[in-house]
Amino acid sequence: MVPSRFIITVIGIDKVGIVAGVTKVMADFHVNIVDISQTIMEDLFTMIMLAEVKKGNFDLVAFQKAMSDEGSELGVEVKVQHEDTFRFMHRI
Amino acid sequence: MLIHPEEILETIQMVSNENLDIRTVTMGISLRDCGNPDIDVLNENIYRKITTYARDLVKTTDAVQNLYGIPIINKRISVTPIAVVAEGCDTPDFSSVAKTLDRAAEDVGVDFIGGFSALVQKGMTAGDLKLIKSIPEALSSTKKVCSSINVATTKAGINMDAVSLMGDIVKETAQRTADQGGIGCAKLVIFANAPDDNPFMAGAFHGIGEPECTINVGVSGPGVVNSAVRSLEDPTLGDISECIKKTSFKITRMGEVIGREVAKRLDANFGVLDLSLAPTPAIGDSVAAILEAMGLESCGTHGTTAALALLNDAVKKGGAMASSSVGGLSGAFIPVSEDAGMIRAVQRGSLSLDKLEAMTSVCSVGLDMIAVPGKTPASTISAIIADEMAIGMVNKKTTAVRLIPAPGKDVGDTVEFGGLLGMAPVMPVNEYSSEKFIARGGRIPAPIQALTN
Repeated sequence: MVPSRFIITVIGIDKVGIVAGVTKVMADFHVNIVDISQTIMEDLFTMIMLAEVKKGNFDLVAFQKAMSDEGSELGVEVKVQHEDTFRFMHRI
Repeated sequence: MLIHPEEILETIQMVSNENLDIRTVTMGISLRDCGNPDIDVLNENIYRKITTYARDLVKTTDAVQNLYGIPIINKRISVTPIAVVAEGCDTPDFSSVAKTLDRAAEDVGVDFIGGFSALVQKGMTAGDLKLIKSIPEALSSTKKVCSSINVATTKAGINMDAVSLMGDIVKETAQRTADQGGIGCAKLVIFANAPDDNPFMAGAFHGIGEPECTINVGVSGPGVVNSAVRSLEDPTLGDISECIKKTSFKITRMGEVIGREVAKRLDANFGVLDLSLAPTPAIGDSVAAILEAMGLESCGTHGTTAALALLNDAVKKGGAMASSSVGGLSGAFIPVSEDAGMIRAVQRGSLSLDKLEAMTSVCSVGLDMIAVPGKTPASTISAIIADEMAIGMVNKKTTAVRLIPAPGKDVGDTVEFGGLLGMAPVMPVNEYSSEKFIARGGRIPAPIQALTN
């Protein structure tokens, strides 16, 4: 099984518990964090993670929904996209 | 981290705020093995083949959309020109095939199906003629079927008998769909040099040289280009060209990764990626806005053709670098009804039909989604088609006409189509007659290729 890597972006107004909430959902789905960076850009909390999934029967749609639901509760926007989206667009 | 955070945020910004999308994933299906003299058997064969090949098209594109987080707006099918497939049928009318295509499209859940088409640049067979005569019935009795007729090529010249006939067919199709503003004509394109692998409706069909099943992708991002051009600080035109090139490179790469993934999952060939700046009625997602961002007060004023030439060329250059499978139409589309900036330019009087015609000599396709008065004579419509075909023929490029003679409407009125088709202000046409010219028929010979000056 070739592992799939995803870029997870979390953007919104900063508050306590965003990282905890989001990473809890990831742990529930056995999604591993490879790299993580977090910054405040133009007053917005911005977290970008490179995540890896090794399980063969990973349900991407269910994971995206769980992440998006968690984001709504925290008041931030959470996106889960395959890393190729970014790799292909910006690199030759 | 291997990918820079700024690059990630730029991509997300393009999708969230600038309407970057994969405009269409089009599955091309060959129907050449469906032929049968009995049209009922033919229809059965066609239905079975389309529903077999395209069964998982929508499900697969939806899954790929989720994977990459880039919206895929339309899922479509194109088929072998029906005039070729139905040639052997002895029935005088092919509209039952259009109904079959419509039913198949409905059942697999695609938005449009293209290929109720004929290629008649040099002359018409009995089957071609039957197909063309079936168009008004076909387009008024179906929802998803699109039709295209290629009436000219650089090598064959212009079939003026077909051009003359198409004037009548356009008028009749408008009349038959008068209750919806003549929407049938929005599904009918008349081409010069039609490409075989075009993913964009209404002109998509699965060309004769194509394999059994292909996936062609159309990517669009006028909003992204517009925003990139507007963010430049006091650029020269060279800077603008450079900026458009870089932006279209990125957009094309996006389409390539998605097209290849869809094709792989469906076990189909990956055909072409067509990067075209195809506008939508959404604010900012406008080709006219890009031209205005270059410094024109209103699209259509002097300088517009030059600005469009710059835009079109830069899009092609960026796309050609990004993918080896760039499709033939890549460039800028300039439909009136689908582009908020074009509509405004027509309404404020800066953009005329004549200027649009001039612009088509440097754009991707042609006179697209333009409403003219319902009372316009068929011969005038044929003459507008003939002019546009001549531009395509002489300049060795694809051109097309999609005109809507809006029934009961006149200059000053507006026709509403809704959705991606938008709304079109009715534009004036030249009042002087072209009837005698069009009635002569025959063929305008192909231009000489050796003396290109």
